[in-house]
Amino acid sequence: MPIDILMPALSPTMTEGKLARWLKKEGEAVKAGEALFEIETDKATMEVEAVDDGRLGQILVAAGTEGVAVNARVAVLLGEGESAGSASVAPVVAVNVPAAVAPVAAPAPAAQPLIDDEARFYAQTSRRTVREALRDAMAEEMRRDQGVYVMGEEVAEYQGAYKVTQGLLQEFGAKRVIDTPITEYGFAGLAVGAAFGGLRPIVEFMTFNFSMQAIDHVINSAAKTLYMSGGQMGCPIVFRGPNGAASRVGAQHSQCYASWYAHCPGLKVLAPWSAADAKGLLKAAIRDPNPVVFLEHEIMYGQSFDVPDDPEFVLPIGKAKIERAGKDVTITAFSRMVGYALTAAEKLAAEGIDAEVINLRSLRPLDTATILASLRKTNRLVTVEEGWAYAGIGSEIAALVMEQAFDDLDAPVARVCGADVPLPYAANLEQLALPQPEAIVDAAKSVCYRR
Amino acid sequence: MATTKKLAASSAGAAGKADVSSAELLSYYRDMLLIRRFEEKSGQMYGMGLIGGFCHLYIGQEAVVVGIQSVLQPGDSVITSYRDHGHMIACGMDSKGVMAELTGRRGGYSKGKGGSMHMFSREKSFYGGHGIVGAQVPIGTGLAFAHKYKGDGHISATYFGDGAVNQGQVYESFNMAALWKLPCLYVLENNKYAMGTAQARAAAGELFQRGEAYGIPGVQVNGMDVLAVRAAALEWAEYVRSGQGPAILEMQTYRYRGHSMSDPAKYRSKEEVAKVRAEADPIDNFRKLLLDQGHATEDSLKEIDREIKVIVTEAAEFAQQSPEPDPSELWTDVLVEA
Repeated sequence: MPIDILMPALSPTMTEGKLARWLKKEGEAVKAGEALFEIETDKATMEVEAVDDGRLGQILVAAGTEGVAVNARVAVLLGEGESAGSASVAPVVAVNVPAAVAPVAAPAPAAQPLIDDEARFYAQTSRRTVREALRDAMAEEMRRDQGVYVMGEEVAEYQGAYKVTQGLLQEFGAKRVIDTPITEYGFAGLAVGAAFGGLRPIVEFMTFNFSMQAIDHVINSAAKTLYMSGGQMGCPIVFRGPNGAASRVGAQHSQCYASWYAHCPGLKVLAPWSAADAKGLLKAAIRDPNPVVFLEHEIMYGQSFDVPDDPEFVLPIGKAKIERAGKDVTITAFSRMVGYALTAAEKLAAEGIDAEVINLRSLRPLDTATILASLRKTNRLVTVEEGWAYAGIGSEIAALVMEQAFDDLDAPVARVCGADVPLPYAANLEQLALPQPEAIVDAAKSVCYRR
Repeated sequence: MATTKKLAASSAGAAGKADVSSAELLSYYRDMLLIRRFEEKSGQMYGMGLIGGFCHLYIGQEAVVVGIQSVLQPGDSVITSYRDHGHMIACGMDSKGVMAELTGRRGGYSKGKGGSMHMFSREKSFYGGHGIVGAQVPIGTGLAFAHKYKGDGHISATYFGDGAVNQGQVYESFNMAALWKLPCLYVLENNKYAMGTAQARAAAGELFQRGEAYGIPGVQVNGMDVLAVRAAALEWAEYVRSGQGPAILEMQTYRYRGHSMSDPAKYRSKEEVAKVRAEADPIDNFRKLLLDQGHATEDSLKEIDREIKVIVTEAAEFAQQSPEPDPSELWTDVLVEA
């Protein structure tokens, strides 16, 4: 059957173009792949190839014609034994215009595996630093699963730039505890490939500031590939390391990346505060089948907390913890700022304000339910983070309480954040740039109209 | 010390006779022709508005992927960039599923959520389909790392172009692959143009020597000759598989069509393209070789042509008949449910 030759589009936005010239004459034999004619648009010139062997039949659009609509018939390709006058022409394939899709609400997040009663794990505990808790979490999961391995700068022979991986090389050997060259982009990508290939890498960034070299692989390769593959290519990987300001290390080593990573679907983002958080959340991150960004804090590494001894103390991802119950104002915080919020709560108590402190633990998914339930009780909210306010975690929480609990608010949400400047080096300026407990106290009094 | 060598004109006939049966030779012809016809059909369907966005065709480069894949074993990993339709077909992925992904339908390999540049098949060990130039190189190196870690005897064939070869992450990967002796076969498809920038205007030195500083052997191969590709791949896949570390095969090839569909084609002359097509076409020349050496007759090749025409027609029909993804699919596959 003769085949219609149609005016092609060179781009999804092209609607018409010029048929510049014919490269074959009527009646001339053509082979599949041979150029038939040439079209021009304001952007490009392209030769159009025959899709089948045959003979060029009648030319319907003359060379030089402008404004030829996309999908218009420009000629007919004849098969063996067919003449230009053959009656039937193969039906033109209709261009399928996608039907408009009505907006669909995002389904509620899937239920997370919950430890229904976290308190029961505290029957038997040991005193551990955050550093030791992180190391214990990795060691336990490496014993449990041979596919779990650690790679990063100085994680093996140096025993960790911040000693978080201390002892792992001795127990697990160089095959599973791997010193990398200083090539964040390369080793992050390599670890993503290893995860696609069936392993469960733990990638240590010496600080998350250096993960900027690798963020392409964290986002474009790790976070997006499951979706782009229609669910085939899971990427079970943990990117961990210290995040945020340490002490007097200047702007390039002191940024909080919580909102950067929490912005992206396809990632989970965790930020532990205590040693128990560190252990229970890191074990959850390693067992999770998804890419997890695990934001630690250098200043917390040496601080000690009670940590449950049970090796099945694995915290649920997506669940916050109420560290201090209160009825007058809700304070949300994560990582090091949880401690500051608790300090602020004590000061507020002395002034007769009973603050509830929520340790967010998980920034994506965010435990919206716990925040909203607390707000229903207190009707006032202060968010605390070390990073900048602009498009920050506090901004997100403020937006969602405005959307979902507007009537529960008795005062505007207050955000306590890092100053909107690159972090300065000078001791006094650094102190001024970072949130302090006093700022949290002031913000809480302000939303309670108690200034 | 790494050996790097620049191959002169291929000795395809001899390479082919040594170890390859007529049936295998015909399968290379068939695979190359299927890719060519599939891509022509893709171009046609793009022109009809059935395929959206970016669409990068592999026409002209068919001998590279067919020659390399001919020496790989089931379970070896394959990864490439966004010019990926040919690699998927050569990996044995179904033309229907590939074409339906191009049209964004639920029958596509990524259920319509990936498109031309993002398709995958766990079953065929094809790991994409990546859109950031060069990013597939560390990922492919990581697949090799996983093979070595698991000790499964497989290798990773990591394809990239003459554009990607200037990306820093490629050298970060070379360094780690050489340092840790990872079983990674780097296939550098030099089609002479990184989008519209000619190799000489973007890349200093010879590309097959880019691994020399890391002790990675590199050879330049006539990528328009499937038997020359196969001969090099046989030697170096064996080297990589034996645990000696990575190798680089620079395939001298040529892309007939634009970088993507909307390519102004101002950066090279029509005469240049026509000359390559006339003198070095991998399919035409191989067809002639098959006939001259008596591996096939005009009739048997015509039969293959007909068979491929049916496959491509069916793929195109499937890609238009398969429904669009259900709107509920918008929200699935963001995370693996624990």
